[in-house]
Amino acid sequence: MAASMIGSKVERKEDKKFLTGKGRYTADITLANQTFAYFIRSPHARAKIKNIDTSKAKKASGVIDVLTAKELNEDKIGGLIAGWKIVSKDGTDMKIPPHPALASDSVNYVGDHVALVVAETLQQARDAAELVKVDYKVLKAVVNTGDAMNSESIHDGIDKNLSFDWELGDKAKTDEAFSSADKIVKMTLTNNRLVPNAMEPRASIGDFNPSSEELTLYTTSQNPHLSRLVMSAFNAIHPEHKFRIVAPDVGGGFGSKIYPYAEDVVVAWAAKRLQRPVKWVCERTDSFLSDCHGRDHITNCELAIKNDGTVTGLKVDTIANLGGYASLFATVTPTYLYGPLVLGLYNIASAYCNVKAVYTNTAPVDAYRGAGRPEATYMIERLMDKAAKEMGMDRAEFRKKNFIRQFPHQQCLVHNIDSGDYEAHFNKALELSDYSNFEKRKAESAAKGKLRGIGFSTYIEACGIAPSAAVMSLGAGVGLWESAEIRFNATGNISVMTGTHSHGQSHDTTFAQIVADKLGVPMENIDLVHGDTDKGPFGMGTYGSRSLAVGGTAIAKACDKIVEKGKKVAAHMLEANPDEIEFKDGEFIVPNSNKKKTIGEIAFACYLPGTYGEIKSPLPEGVEPGLKETAFYDPVNFSFPAGSHVCEVEVDPTTGETKVDTYTCVDDFGNLINPMIVEGQIHGGLAQGIGQALYENAYYDETGQLVTASYMDYTMPRADNFPEFRIDYTCTPATSNPLGVKGCGEAGAIASPPAVMNAVIDAIGTEVSMPATSEKVWKALKDKSDTKKKAA
Amino acid sequence: MKSINLTINGKKISKEVEDYTLLSTFIRENLNLTGTHIGCDTSQCGACVVHVDGKSMKSCALLAADVNGAKVTTIEGLADNGKLHPMQEAFKKHHGLQCGYCTPGMVMSAVDLLKNKKNPSDKEIREWLEGNICRCTGYQNIVAAVKDAASKM
Ligand code: FES
Ligand code: FES
Repeated sequence: MAASMIGSKVERKEDKKFLTGKGRYTADITLANQTFAYFIRSPHARAKIKNIDTSKAKKASGVIDVLTAKELNEDKIGGLIAGWKIVSKDGTDMKIPPHPALASDSVNYVGDHVALVVAETLQQARDAAELVKVDYKVLKAVVNTGDAMNSESIHDGIDKNLSFDWELGDKAKTDEAFSSADKIVKMTLTNNRLVPNAMEPRASIGDFNPSSEELTLYTTSQNPHLSRLVMSAFNAIHPEHKFRIVAPDVGGGFGSKIYPYAEDVVVAWAAKRLQRPVKWVCERTDSFLSDCHGRDHITNCELAIKNDGTVTGLKVDTIANLGGYASLFATVTPTYLYGPLVLGLYNIASAYCNVKAVYTNTAPVDAYRGAGRPEATYMIERLMDKAAKEMGMDRAEFRKKNFIRQFPHQQCLVHNIDSGDYEAHFNKALELSDYSNFEKRKAESAAKGKLRGIGFSTYIEACGIAPSAAVMSLGAGVGLWESAEIRFNATGNISVMTGTHSHGQSHDTTFAQIVADKLGVPMENIDLVHGDTDKGPFGMGTYGSRSLAVGGTAIAKACDKIVEKGKKVAAHMLEANPDEIEFKDGEFIVPNSNKKKTIGEIAFACYLPGTYGEIKSPLPEGVEPGLKETAFYDPVNFSFPAGSHVCEVEVDPTTGETKVDTYTCVDDFGNLINPMIVEGQIHGGLAQGIGQALYENAYYDETGQLVTASYMDYTMPRADNFPEFRIDYTCTPATSNPLGVKGCGEAGAIASPPAVMNAVIDAIGTEVSMPATSEKVWKALKDKSDTKKKAA
Repeated sequence: MKSINLTINGKKISKEVEDYTLLSTFIRENLNLTGTHIGCDTSQCGACVVHVDGKSMKSCALLAADVNGAKVTTIEGLADNGKLHPMQEAFKKHHGLQCGYCTPGMVMSAVDLLKNKKNPSDKEIREWLEGNICRCTGYQNIVAAVKDAASKM
């Protein structure tokens, strides 16, 4: 066995099944006697439901039942919840409207769930759906983030559509910094609404076993344990100990599969009520309408700056759109995942951040790759760019001047950053991107009639979500520790149970590398078990780049316990003192002797504690048989990945078309377990972030119809949109977990939108908002030249 | 109903299908070959790409009845008696997949590209794969995998 698996580019254990078509996603599961479900959704953005007539549909061929809010209420099924309490600056709690799993008297976005048709075939369910008559009284929809507070309330008792008005920071101190500033730079930014678009559409299959009274839900979830907890405790579908949730292979999540959806609740309940398996698979159009969306902020921000370029204060005023209801993590995303991060990598002595969260008649907005941190990074990095230009300073120098230099660093808002070296990755990124020769390349582009621009972005994340004490004191409904169990089998192979979930992140491989390294067992003898509440210990799932830092550490700790027990057993068998036993590369050794036992022998002895030669039992007195250890890990602090990205674009002024010509990133993720997998995570994040900057936009018209509800209208980034990314690293290990890892899953999506936009704006010399489509860039250039002409 | 005869992954079959049955539905539901995925309802994601008489096609854009008599290969039929196809090997080696959902379509599409172009450039690979959406990988490792496979085939 290689000396260390940690840090090696090991090929993935999970690949073979996916490459041969043997992946097993929820939609691939077929149960005996299963029925098919089809959801009737609201075609209106805002309406009262006067009546639902299901009588005709119920009689249609193959129909088993048509379920509405009436049946849901009969069975006392609870509504969906918001899992994180936010308190407004005036001390009042956030305002959360009821969110029934099937709409009872009103609908609040196009795609809102109204009724479920269950039939013998999908075609029959769909046909019958046409026969359900819903009588709506259509009301004027509230659609725009910026107008919501001046519009009619869409939920009773929620004045101005305002859920909360939250603040963070020292306002008086910040005001003082602004009054003594030499220069104030302001801007208004829109962070465009996105649709996560995991390639596997959501799906659920409910299955009730009348004999054991066990209810099973197969579903596309990033955290089955949390879903089960919520669906037992709040939706009251079934008691937790009789409720099993299985998230088999899941085709991408990016946040959109963290939270249980109305469909999960209704399908699980329907299976129990109808006593037959109920299968529902979302169609892409319905995914666009009803998956939670991401971002959607309008922000006014300003910097207070001294003449020498020192930034002394930051003010941020954001309106965040929650959509029609508050989804599970919707309230934490624009507050605690956003506000504390607005300072970026900069040492700014004072800051104040105000966030107003509003309801509109659009799909609920929740965590999407980066969740709050991309919005924070976009704000500070666009603002720093503008400030540098207005100060007449080089944009790179201006950033460097304001970087945090000493660690640990207590920021003026919330976070205490344990480690980092920001100048190191920034300088490396400048070098790798050949910044010093940019003007030459710009001239070359100009000679071809093209406009070239360069943009920087630096970012910090708070990852490894997270320390339970910290998050619960901030309003989280649950702690965010993680669990692991190592089951050593008698024959020497290992099952590793984790409470995290892998849906592309390669846990099967990365976690096996940690175990292989810690226990000296070959990779092929280690199997990761996740995604089934019946198989592993309770865990918090995968999001916020937490799996390795928190879940990986729990695994490492469970391995340590195995070694500890193994030492006791080995000492007894080798007639030595447990303290003197050394464990290395899978062997327990008595130093300066030839006495040793392999970990396989120890495992075998633990399960079959019979006579071993002279030894009556290999187990010392008081040691229980078996070799299985559980560990829970609750970190002391978040981890803080950071990095510097540089983007160069070339714009064709005749068409407005923008091409990303080069993209360079240098990230500090602390220690890397598998660099190949880390690189893959960066690539994917970059594609999503560049997608946000140049192509993607969820657009509702004034009546609340989602105009971009298919791949014809919503521009997904494709292979020919990107250059080859240049990637490098610096490393300052995290001190908050023993692996020294920081998390890498979201970095690309966080850092790239401002890098691209700063480059586009540098190229065209005028403002443009995301996504910088050809049309918008062309118009911005035209407006600029029209204004010039007028002035002349 | 129509009765159709097909060769699927080398095996001859004959089945009755509804006139409106899509080839993708037929493959997944009637033949239980669930490696062919459905990612959209507008024929734009490429998750469902299979080979029909050797050419890559979006199986959600064809009716099962339309391919009567054809030879259809799905991702399940690509490996040769358990030995991975060089394209599958290359995807593994270069980490060309993460969640695996787009992968079957991506691999089938890439195999067809190499039939037409022995040594495609990066640009040609990216342009060819324009019909396949991947949300996870950012495409870079897929391009590397296709290039590597080209050098081995
Ligand atoms: S399923 Fe999307 S193209 Fe066929
Ligand atoms: S690997 Fe997940 S969509 Fe391509």
